[in-house]
Amino acid sequence: MESTQPPLSASQHSPVTELPSVHEDPSQADHSRLKPGAQLTLMRYLQDLPDAEVPHTDPVPPRFHTGRLPNSKAGDGKPRLLLMGQRRSGKSSISSVVFHKLPPSETLYLETTTRIKKESMHSFMDFQVWDFPGHLDYFDPAFDVDNIFEEIGALIWVIDAQDEYLEAIMRLNTTILNLQHSYPNINVEVFVHKVDGLSEDYKGDTFRDIIQRVQDELSDHGYENAPVSFYQTSIYDHSIFEAFSKVIQKLIPQLPTLEALLNSLCSTCHIEKAYLFDIMSKIYIATDTSPTDIGSYEICSDYIDVVIDVSEIYGWPRGEQNGDDESLTETGNNDAESLITMERKGNNYLYLREINKYLALICLMGDDSPAEKKAVIDYNVGVFQAALKQVFPRAERDAVEAPAA
Amino acid sequence: MNTTKRQKQRKVLLMGKSGAGKSSMRSIVFSNYVAKDVRRLGATIDVEHSNIKFMGNLMLNLWDCGGQDGFVENYLTHQRAHVFSSVAVLIFVFDIESREFAADVISYSSIIRALGEHSPSAAVFVLIHKMDLVQTRLRQQLFEERAEYIRQASESFAPTVEFFATSIWDQSLYKAWTQIIYFLIPNARSIEGLLRELAEVVEARELILYERTTCLMVTHVTRDVEADNPFSDRFERISSILKTHKQSMAKHTGIPAGSANFAEMQIKTGRFMFFITRLTENTNLAAAIPPSEQIFNAARINITLARPRFAELDIASKPRPAVQQAFAHSADSGWEARERENAAAGFVG
Ligand SMILES: Nc1nc2c(ncn2[C@@H]2O[C@H](COP(=O)(O)OP(=O)(O)OP(=O)(O)O)[C@@H](O)[C@H]2O)c(=O)[nH]1
Ligand SMILES: Nc1nc2c(ncn2[C@@H]2O[C@H](COP(=O)(O)OP(=O)(O)OP(=O)(O)O)[C@@H](O)[C@H]2O)c(=O)[nH]1
Ligand SMILES: [Mg+2]
Ligand SMILES: [Mg+2]
Repeated sequence: MESTQPPLSASQHSPVTELPSVHEDPSQADHSRLKPGAQLTLMRYLQDLPDAEVPHTDPVPPRFHTGRLPNSKAGDGKPRLLLMGQRRSGKSSISSVVFHKLPPSETLYLETTTRIKKESMHSFMDFQVWDFPGHLDYFDPAFDVDNIFEEIGALIWVIDAQDEYLEAIMRLNTTILNLQHSYPNINVEVFVHKVDGLSEDYKGDTFRDIIQRVQDELSDHGYENAPVSFYQTSIYDHSIFEAFSKVIQKLIPQLPTLEALLNSLCSTCHIEKAYLFDIMSKIYIATDTSPTDIGSYEICSDYIDVVIDVSEIYGWPRGEQNGDDESLTETGNNDAESLITMERKGNNYLYLREINKYLALICLMGDDSPAEKKAVIDYNVGVFQAALKQVFPRAERDAVEAPAA
Repeated sequence: MNTTKRQKQRKVLLMGKSGAGKSSMRSIVFSNYVAKDVRRLGATIDVEHSNIKFMGNLMLNLWDCGGQDGFVENYLTHQRAHVFSSVAVLIFVFDIESREFAADVISYSSIIRALGEHSPSAAVFVLIHKMDLVQTRLRQQLFEERAEYIRQASESFAPTVEFFATSIWDQSLYKAWTQIIYFLIPNARSIEGLLRELAEVVEARELILYERTTCLMVTHVTRDVEADNPFSDRFERISSILKTHKQSMAKHTGIPAGSANFAEMQIKTGRFMFFITRLTENTNLAAAIPPSEQIFNAARINITLARPRFAELDIASKPRPAVQQAFAHSADSGWEARERENAAAGFVG
């Protein structure tokens, strides 16, 4: 039945043919996060870079990933995500769990943040995460407010839903109103956090109450259209990753193109749901436009863990003398791929393909995808991959800089 | 050959003070609970028995003994002979967070004494548990101190008792249970021998045999370069990965975790290829092989062909005449030689 549709084609779905390439960042040229020859092994990337504390301020205007950065004057071109909120609301925990894979239970030992902690993330797009101390007055005149808020991609405001939140909301409202004045386009993302400890009813009530209080205040000041969104999050489940995915997606100008490509892939191959994941953070940067539910995200995200873990275990660099002759190297896959077949259903269930050094495509197969279809899927995923190269030339350039050994 | 098929019942006592985490680990290892589910467990009343069928003719007869003082008193007095006789293994769990460590050790001593009287040849494994609650840098030292102290109180078992630092939040639980199970499997040697033959035939770098429901490793064979694999904890890490994945699939598909089994999982990269597939009724086989489609395909075929041989060493819940036949046939023609032919055929085709 898939034969009625032509295979996915790059020219058809990708309006973006040539994008200006990202500015050269010399500090990055030599630290590819991958070991030689290992773009195939989905290695974990080092994330906390030594240069992260000193943001690079090359005066090159950002061009590539400027989704909504209208405030940008000059800077390093990396969108910033600011994490703000009350003390102990969970800001540092969120940053550690999402970007450093700290086990959630170990956040109990995190100490209070005393100065802004800036971290650079290098991935399909570069961005920075600034973790603020909770007790700071973010609009204190002693602060260089412009320096903080220019170039930001999003302000993430974390509210501890298990605690008294009225003061947190007051501060949030003040912050939004201040921002509306000078930086009206900054996305304000409110994380109603630590919902793991709450009963379903209480959780819903709290969430609605917080939204109400913020919106009332905004409309009192005539800002009902301010770009403020709300999420329920917890570091003890996938919700924090889902929320981050949505925050990041707003900063990706190519999102509509990616979604169109994924839609097309899904309908051609009868795929139930397809996600494009950032391997390192397990944030998904796009999915097809069929309805998402957290369950599909979870299984795909867990599956990445499986593949990464196994790849780490068996992808260690072996010596040259391991007896692999010519005929072996020729058949090895350059991009990792994985497939799970279920016993009950007797069909393909999950499919993963490494797209480039940052991204992996994960597909949840529908019930009508028999095993023979793998060839069709492989082919179409190849086409998808080619189209994506034009959307994200960045990853390709990096691959050239760090050629496989 | 049916005489060797008789199941070996092994009685395993799981003891330790109330709240130490005995039922938690049992539920995770044997009943497909995830770590965060165990908060729901209530205290165990008296003894909960479970029978767990395992690779290699092993039938685990697990006694999860409620640890509240009243129950322990009862085990040591009225039920002394009933509880402590014909024990193969005692697993004693200490809670690292306990504020009454000295008292815990005294209780341990009385249990050890009862065990010494009724099952002097039993093996004792001590798990120092909930290590996740200790900061990483303090773990090793604290573990060693406690272990030494407990060894002193182990009486006749002092020279042989084995210690493990465990937590339900990481693979350490699997490491401990893997060793305990290995100790219990009666025909581990023959399984290992067979696995080694198979590894040669399929040119695997490594073969790991996992029990299907628990995902505990039964045994493994490592060849050539893979012996230098820097991840020495990889067997229990894979256990833990598989278990987590099973939960995740169960949750997503709505199939109970007990039967949410994949038929096969494959991972191919430029450095290795890997797959896990069903081997026998109770086992899955994980194979790490060189990155070659040919070897990969041949290995899958050869593993399918080897199934009957392994099935003989496994427990069957229902009779399998076909398998018996295959075994009888291969017994005189020489399994290894035949498999080599098959492997060769695989390469040509
Ligand atoms: N139950 C629950 N606890 C959480 C969650 N996220 C964080 N916590 C806990 O909240 C406490 C405070 O976390 P931090 O991340 O240090 O808070 P912070 O906002 O960075 O605090 P300051 O640096 O003082 O501003 C820690 O004990 C975390 O374990 C969550 O999702 N659920
Ligand atoms: N932090 C941590 N908590 C654990 C661990 N294992 C178990 N627990 C907790 O310990 C508590 C008690 O666990 P149980 O397994 O019911 O204790 P038990 O030993 O069976 O107790 P009795 O049945 O009364 O003898 C549970 O709430 C678990 O959440 C662990 O490794 N780490
Ligand atoms: Mg902090
Ligand atoms: Mg119990």
